[in-house]
Amino acid sequence: MRSIKQVFAVSWLNIRNLPQRLGASLVAVVGVAAVVLVFAAVLSMAKGFERTMISAGAEDTAIIMRSGATSEMNSGLSHEQTLIVANAPGVLRDGDTPLSSAELYVIVDIPKKDTNEDANVPLRGVQQAAFEVRNNVEIVEGRMFEPGRNEFVVGRAAQYEFVGLDVGSTVRFGQTEWTVVGAFSAGGSVSESELWTDVRVLQDAYRRGNSYQSMRVKLADEAALDELKSFLENDPRIDPDVMSERTYYSTQAEGLSRFIRLIGYPLTFLMAIGAVFGALNSMYSSVSARGREIATLRALGFGPFPVMISTIVESTLLAAAGGLIGGAVAYLVFNGFRVSTLNGASFSQVVFDFAVTGDLLLQGIVAALIIGVIGGLFPAIRAARMPVAQALRQL
Amino acid sequence: MKFFGFIWKNAWRKKVRTTLTILSVLVAFLLYALLNSIGYAFKSGADIADAERLVVIDKVSLINPLPISYQNKIAATPGVESVTYASWFGGYYQDPSNQLPQFPVDPAGYFAMYPELKMPSEQLEAWTNNRIGMVVGEEVAAQYGWKIGDRVPLQATIWTKTDGGRTWEFEVEGIFTTDDPRGSTGYMLFHHDYFEEARAFGKGTVGWYVLRIAGGANPVEVANAVDEQFANSPNETETSTEQAFVESFSKQFGNIALIVTLILGAVFFTLLLVSGNTMAQSVRERISELAVLKTLGFTDKSVLGIVLSESILIMLMGGLLGVGIGWMLVQGLARSPLGAFLPGIYLSPQAIILAVLMMAAAGIVAGIFPALKAMRLSIVDALARG
Repeated sequence: MRSIKQVFAVSWLNIRNLPQRLGASLVAVVGVAAVVLVFAAVLSMAKGFERTMISAGAEDTAIIMRSGATSEMNSGLSHEQTLIVANAPGVLRDGDTPLSSAELYVIVDIPKKDTNEDANVPLRGVQQAAFEVRNNVEIVEGRMFEPGRNEFVVGRAAQYEFVGLDVGSTVRFGQTEWTVVGAFSAGGSVSESELWTDVRVLQDAYRRGNSYQSMRVKLADEAALDELKSFLENDPRIDPDVMSERTYYSTQAEGLSRFIRLIGYPLTFLMAIGAVFGALNSMYSSVSARGREIATLRALGFGPFPVMISTIVESTLLAAAGGLIGGAVAYLVFNGFRVSTLNGASFSQVVFDFAVTGDLLLQGIVAALIIGVIGGLFPAIRAARMPVAQALRQL
Repeated sequence: MKFFGFIWKNAWRKKVRTTLTILSVLVAFLLYALLNSIGYAFKSGADIADAERLVVIDKVSLINPLPISYQNKIAATPGVESVTYASWFGGYYQDPSNQLPQFPVDPAGYFAMYPELKMPSEQLEAWTNNRIGMVVGEEVAAQYGWKIGDRVPLQATIWTKTDGGRTWEFEVEGIFTTDDPRGSTGYMLFHHDYFEEARAFGKGTVGWYVLRIAGGANPVEVANAVDEQFANSPNETETSTEQAFVESFSKQFGNIALIVTLILGAVFFTLLLVSGNTMAQSVRERISELAVLKTLGFTDKSVLGIVLSESILIMLMGGLLGVGIGWMLVQGLARSPLGAFLPGIYLSPQAIILAVLMMAAAGIVAGIFPALKAMRLSIVDALARG
């Protein structure tokens, strides 16, 4: 009991003394803050990208592609095959009409606003039901494209990121001139990085005859995906891959987010090691600055254990402060920061916002605390072992 | 230099502190080396492009194929010395995550266009004579352990065969290397003829053309001449230098590379700041000793020099170790399966020189204020303080 009281007394004394060692303490704080800042910033990129990709995928929407295709871009379906899918069991119907959309996915070169360099922007040809098949797509400006005309609607994110996509403007891709007639939102998902037009018009413009690349259908109920899958797999006229849209987009997100993590975690780890060295240095100099104080306490009858704990408390508090500062800066600067990059899986641009999420911040603070404890431990042992008489004589 | 022993002893007075400082400088420069190499991979070798090569792609998008009939027309364009073509195959080996570039090409034309690629002539001949032959880059061969004579089935993601199958059989006939240490060999080549014959659709097209301009020809004029020929046709072209093509591609990754660089740049300087502060502190603690030096007759300048040299020495020790470890890691990474994520990861000599300059600069910045203070020290005051 006395020991615990001593721990509190010495730690409290230590904390109140902190301002006297401000310089060295700040070094530890800044070092840890930098670690948490970088960790949160780099990983928020992966988080934001995944959020954009995953939110595009619904569990009750299925996507059908030619078997073996790794993305819509390299899939292909004939007109006949799309009819088989539309009329398959498991597909939700509105009266007589199946809620399905056979689609074409091509890319066009449009310059990015910030670099003015051409980027691969996805241009998707859809059928009328595309807006009902997807859950949260709605026109927010202008109007819907009219079937049969060279018109398209543009996703909000694409409009923000690429040159010349204001509603009312005209754009030329190859031989064809297109009019931007409206803009749509899609709950911040990857669809917002795309341009949408009538699939028949796109087939003509790209000389794709009457072929499609992928097909989306709204599922009737929870069992419908398996039902649809087994029906299509038993039909000799079609050799499909059937999966939920959510599964599809998760696999599309995998490569890039794994890449960011592969860079993010090792770099954070390296930096954390650097921060541990910084914290160790600060704490060693803190212990030597407090040499006389510690010796006096020991002479008064305080045990080595409270002295040790007080040093660890000090370093953990400094690290926690650093962690909070780093996390706050990361949140203020990077949360919502909008970028666009090439997703290798679909060979096209995805626009997304950095997401500094709560669990990232939590992981960052935990890392900060670990750095604090390790950084305090060895100096604490030295403090506890300091020979009293010699330290008292020192000054 | 005659004071080196003295400086060395001084630097190691507090062993723990100096070791920790060196280690944090080491981490800072290790980060620098890794990031710089990753940044180089992001640029994907734009500066190793051949200035005499132009790339011809469809004007609307690289994914649109061009007619094979363009080959003769491009070859006949004034200023064009030779032309060859390639396409994107997009297959994978066993698992979809093993996707690596494969290009159907014309063997002789392709190797003539890329003289930096090296392969024994008997292998080139064997490949030319084997319709389903394939040659793989050294990196690919190492990654999958393929040897000459191996049969390798690839799964196509785009190109189904006329028989409806998606499995394409190949035989490894050669392994090529590049004589440019910065170049990547992470891809494979096979016969366009085999591709053309067996694919179910897209016949009569190629992905893109590569041409070499004749000596003395102006690349811009040649590019315009090529594009003009196909203006107002269903397949308009866009011709650019290889460098511009590679750059435009890497710019597609956008500001992400820039953001990573900025964040880590900030961190790098924070780490240096932290170590700099520690070094400044250690000089402050020795003020009275410096006064003794002066009493012994050391000039102001030599005291300044001694203090500065110590901080530069510590930075150099940490920094060189960090860059050295970084260099080894990059070498290892480039050869590991992870290297597939970052083809062309490379620590350039320029980056190493810059790092050494930064070490010296950081040493001066960290040491200059305490050093000036030491120089201006009044002996009497300093000794009194001790």
